[in-house]
Amino acid sequence: MIELTLKKQLLSSSGEFTLDAQFNVAAGEFITLFGPSGAGKTTLLRCLAGLAEPDAGRIVVGGETWFDGAAHHSLPPQQRRVGYMFQDYALFPNMSVRGNLEFAQPRGADKRRVSELIELMALGEMQQRKPATLSGGQQQRVALARALAAEPRLLLLDEPFSALDHATRVRLHEEVLAMQRRYGLTTVMVSHDVGEVYRLSQRVLLLEQGKLVQQGTPAEVFGVGHAGGKFSFAGEVLAIEAADVVFAVTLLVGNQIVRVIATADEAQRLKPGDRVMLLSKAFNPVLVAC
Amino acid sequence: MSYDWQPLLLTFKLAGVTTLILCLIGIPFAWWLSQTKVRIKPVLETLVSMPLVLPPSVLGFYLLLAFSPTHWFGSFVDQAVGLKLAFSFEGLVIASVIFSFPFLVHPVQSGFQNLSPSLSEAAYTLGKSRWQTFLYVLLPNIKPQLLAGIVLAFAHTIGEFGVVLMIGGNLPGETRVASIAIYDEVESLNYASANFYALVLFAVCFGILLTVYLLNKKLIMRVGGI
Repeated sequence: MIELTLKKQLLSSSGEFTLDAQFNVAAGEFITLFGPSGAGKTTLLRCLAGLAEPDAGRIVVGGETWFDGAAHHSLPPQQRRVGYMFQDYALFPNMSVRGNLEFAQPRGADKRRVSELIELMALGEMQQRKPATLSGGQQQRVALARALAAEPRLLLLDEPFSALDHATRVRLHEEVLAMQRRYGLTTVMVSHDVGEVYRLSQRVLLLEQGKLVQQGTPAEVFGVGHAGGKFSFAGEVLAIEAADVVFAVTLLVGNQIVRVIATADEAQRLKPGDRVMLLSKAFNPVLVAC
Repeated sequence: MSYDWQPLLLTFKLAGVTTLILCLIGIPFAWWLSQTKVRIKPVLETLVSMPLVLPPSVLGFYLLLAFSPTHWFGSFVDQAVGLKLAFSFEGLVIASVIFSFPFLVHPVQSGFQNLSPSLSEAAYTLGKSRWQTFLYVLLPNIKPQLLAGIVLAFAHTIGEFGVVLMIGGNLPGETRVASIAIYDEVESLNYASANFYALVLFAVCFGILLTVYLLNKKLIMRVGGI
C-alpha cells in the first residue's frame, strides 16, 4: 500500500541530522513510528501527508506516486486524501461538531456518513456544540470522526492521545481500533508511549536521530519475545528505598503504582524517572472479571 | 449660523469607500504578511507602519507631488483613466487608503498569526483549497480582529485632517470633509457651525466605537465558547 523512501535534512535542539527512512506498509496494516522526541517521527508523517516536503526520495501509495524527488513531483495535500489527526486536534472553532464533520466531507459525498459517524462515536448529544466547549477526550473523538468523514485512503495519527488522561486514552484506543477495522484503514501512528504501541499497532518502526534502527512486532522491538508464561509491563521508576538487605523499587505501571523488590546491584543501576520493563512469571495469576 | 450636511456626508462617503478598498487589498495582504518568510518582510512591515508615526503633512506633501499633472504618476493616471488626483475626491481616497492601511492590517495580521497553523493544514488535508480555507476556516476565526481593523480604519479616515488639507484643499462637495469644514468655520469665527460639525463627528465616532466594544465582547465570548 505504501512504499516510502525519503531523505530530509532536519534541525533539532541537538544539532543537524538527516532523516533517512525506508519502509513499506501493507494495506490495512496499523504501524507505529516510535522513538524519542526530535527523532523525526512527526516530520515523516508530515511528508506522507504532503505538509512537508522531503529533500529526496519517493512515496508511492496505492500505486499512485505522491512524491518523486527525481521528477520534482509532489502531490499537494488536498489530493492525497489522508485523514490526519493533529496533536492539538485542529478542530475548526467556528463550526459545530457536526459542522466540522460536514466540512470535512468531499464534495457530493453522502451526508448519511456524517450521521453514521456521529452515532458510531456517540457524539449525538454534542453535535451542535462548538469544539471549545468539549473536553480533551471529546475533542479527540470529534477529530477522529472528522478525519474519517473525509473518506481517507490513509489514516495518520500524530501522538493523538498525548494530552489525555489514562482512562480516556484507553477508551479512545478501542475506538480507534474499532474504526480502523471497520473501514479497513491503513494507519500510521506516531507515539512514544509503549503501552499505546502494544495495544494498537501490528508493527513498530523504531526511529532514532532520523534513522530507522529496528522494526518488528511490538513484542520483538521491545525485547520481550513472544508471549509465553510471562507478564511484561512497561513502567517508570518513581522511588528506590533501601529495605534491610534488599531494595524496594516503586514503579508506575499504566496508572497503577506497584512496589517490587530489587537487589542492591539492580537498584544501583536505576534512578527515579528511568523507563523499565517489569517481567514476571505467570505462575498463579488470579483472574477476576471486571 | 450657516451649515449644511454636505461635509458630513462627504466624510462618511470617503470613509466608506476607503474602508471597502482597504478590506479588498488589506485583508489578503495581512494574511500574506502573516505567512510569508521573504527577507524583505521587516521592510514591508515598516512601510505599512509609517503612517502611524509620520506627520500627515509629510505624506500629504509627497502625495501632492506625485498627484501633480507634471509628475509621471499624476500624468499617467490622467492619461490612462482620465482622473485628476490632486484636489479631487479620488485623490483623497488613495491618500486615505495609504494613511489608514496600518489600522486595518495590524489587527488582522496579528489575528492570522495567532491562529494555530494546524488549522490550515487540517483544512488542506481535508481537500480544501487555499481559497476555501481562507474563506471558511481562517476569516471566521478572526472575527474580533477583523471587526477591530475595519472600524479603526473607518474611524481613522473620518478623523483625517492633515493629508486632506495638503492634497484635497477645501472644495465644497469634492474635498471639503467635516474636519476641514470645522477648521474653516473656526477661521471665519463661525463657532456655532464648527460646533455642529464637531458634535456630530464626536457622537458618530463614540457610537461606532461603543458598538465595536459591545460586539467584540459578545464575539469573543462566542468564539471562546463560554
